[in-house]
Amino acid sequence: MEGNVTVQTNELFLKKKKEMQKERRNLFIRRFLSNKMAVIGSIILTFLGLTAILAPVLTSFTPYEMVAANRLQPPSAEHWFGTDNFGRDIFSRVLYGSQVSLAVGLSVALATSIIGMVVGLLAAYYRLLDHILMRICDGLMAFPAILLAIAIVAVLGPHPVNVVIALTVVKSPEVARVVRSAALVIKEQTYIEALKAQGASAMRIIFMHITPNTVSPLIIQVTYVFAIAIIIEAALSFLGAGIPAPHPSWGNILYDGKTVIFSAWWMTIFPGICIILAVLGLNLFGDGLRDLLDPHTNKANK
Amino acid sequence: MVNEPLLNVKELKTIFSTEKGPVTAVDGVTFHVDSGETVGIVGESGCGKSVTAESIMRLLNEQTTKYEGAITYNGKNLLHLSKEQMRKIRGNEISMIFQDPMTSLNPVYTIGNQITETIMIHQKLSKEKAYVKAIEMLELTGIPSPEKRIYEYPHNLSGGMRQRVMIAMALSCHPSLLIADEPTTALDVTIQAQILDVISDLKKELNMGVMMITHDLGVVAEVCSRVVVMYLGQVIEEADVDTLFFNPKHPYTKGLLKSIPKLDGDRNSKLHVVEGTVPSLDNIPEGCRFAPRCAYADELCLNRAPELETTDEGNKVRCWHYKRIFEEEGANATTS
Repeated sequence: MEGNVTVQTNELFLKKKKEMQKERRNLFIRRFLSNKMAVIGSIILTFLGLTAILAPVLTSFTPYEMVAANRLQPPSAEHWFGTDNFGRDIFSRVLYGSQVSLAVGLSVALATSIIGMVVGLLAAYYRLLDHILMRICDGLMAFPAILLAIAIVAVLGPHPVNVVIALTVVKSPEVARVVRSAALVIKEQTYIEALKAQGASAMRIIFMHITPNTVSPLIIQVTYVFAIAIIIEAALSFLGAGIPAPHPSWGNILYDGKTVIFSAWWMTIFPGICIILAVLGLNLFGDGLRDLLDPHTNKANK
Repeated sequence: MVNEPLLNVKELKTIFSTEKGPVTAVDGVTFHVDSGETVGIVGESGCGKSVTAESIMRLLNEQTTKYEGAITYNGKNLLHLSKEQMRKIRGNEISMIFQDPMTSLNPVYTIGNQITETIMIHQKLSKEKAYVKAIEMLELTGIPSPEKRIYEYPHNLSGGMRQRVMIAMALSCHPSLLIADEPTTALDVTIQAQILDVISDLKKELNMGVMMITHDLGVVAEVCSRVVVMYLGQVIEEADVDTLFFNPKHPYTKGLLKSIPKLDGDRNSKLHVVEGTVPSLDNIPEGCRFAPRCAYADELCLNRAPELETTDEGNKVRCWHYKRIFEEEGANATTS
């Protein structure tokens, strides 16, 4: 008899729970759609992402195929973005390049968010660790980002994975700082003390209760790291310390175009526009997310 | 043999190391709580009430805090337990309710999540059973339709409802001791009475000892059977609730009681004020700690600190002159 009641109430909970989740999701989507910046940003990002994935479908040229007779052709019906000084199709190079650039940016964003989150949380919770970890972060942040990244790639050798490692090292301290400062505020909340008084362990408090409260600033920060990673990757490749030739990346194409910038503007303009679009899209998206997730700006919008 | 009390705090000292040197926030506090009784801890802000509670729970940062004395709970000295042993006691055997229900719940989880979490930390129950248990607890605290409320977030609930949730959470593992740190201070007066009723009812039902920390003497009169009055980190008077209200011994307690407005009192007369402020902890008076603010203080009070004495009725008071004051006042009362 009693068991039967329990089963019924359980079903009732699940139904109610699903309803509430759906309601919350709908509300979130509605608020997202009413934020024009976030929508424009995500449209740009989706567009870039799709063209990167669909590169083999969108172009019949490979990014490596050299045709000496077609060197430095201006944009035409056949070569939409023109050709470079080896006769390669710039359109296909930019498309395949976006695969590399976006993949590097995304990997850096993911890696920094994981490392930054763990470091930031531990630093916020344990006072002794805080001193050690934050001094290391200070040290890393004291170097100009690009110089440090060049140094790391110079040691490890030019390879896309090494570029990701270098950028992660450079950018993780920033993310850790953001997570730490958010976590420091949460740590002092009464509900954390209440949790201790309920007998929750330190790990449970850190990873189950402080973490979810730091996710919004983390996501916002990480979208900016994504954007900066694309810029630094382009800069590294431009300086010859990034993605090695002949693999295309936006920075590489710019580098190749540098010597002929006055005679073949299309070699620098198109990858340049792509970088601008990607960074603009990410920043708009990040700003939109901030408005959406940050309770303070939320109130102002309503 | 006399029955051991549930909680026995003996000569507890809590010393914080600060930049200015050690500060003794709780200085030799002694009291006990029996099963099924409510003991009130009363005092002004900063007198060490909350620090005493946090010392019992060992919630203070132990790198900068030193304890002396003994806190015996069920025969175990809590100050000697390891962190892990202490963690198993918190929430399971000794629970705590905090002052501000608005910030005592994590905003990102549903209240069901948070209550079941406490249950699952201490008891090996499946999630479904923990939910059923959580609903039972919410029902006990008088929350209407708990099976729906359990999926709501803290921001959907009012302050009184949240405090009920906190109580449900604190009592979900049937602790034998509940420490309530000003549980009604942040609530409306109407809600206050309800919350106190909930605590009293559950105390009877679960036969808990309750340590009620408050600065509201009305709360004390309503729920407590015994009262400990604290001043500047020390116990200055301990008495059963009737004696304390009708026949207070310590001048400070007298002052506190006089400062309560009376319903049938003269509306134009000003309320009694205990003159002066609580001295800071790094500047403790040499003699009796209350002497600088006390109307009865003399040379002796300023130079030598009184001990906590047991009175003829078996209550305790920390004052050199309580007998003299009592006689004088008695004389005044008969002449007027």
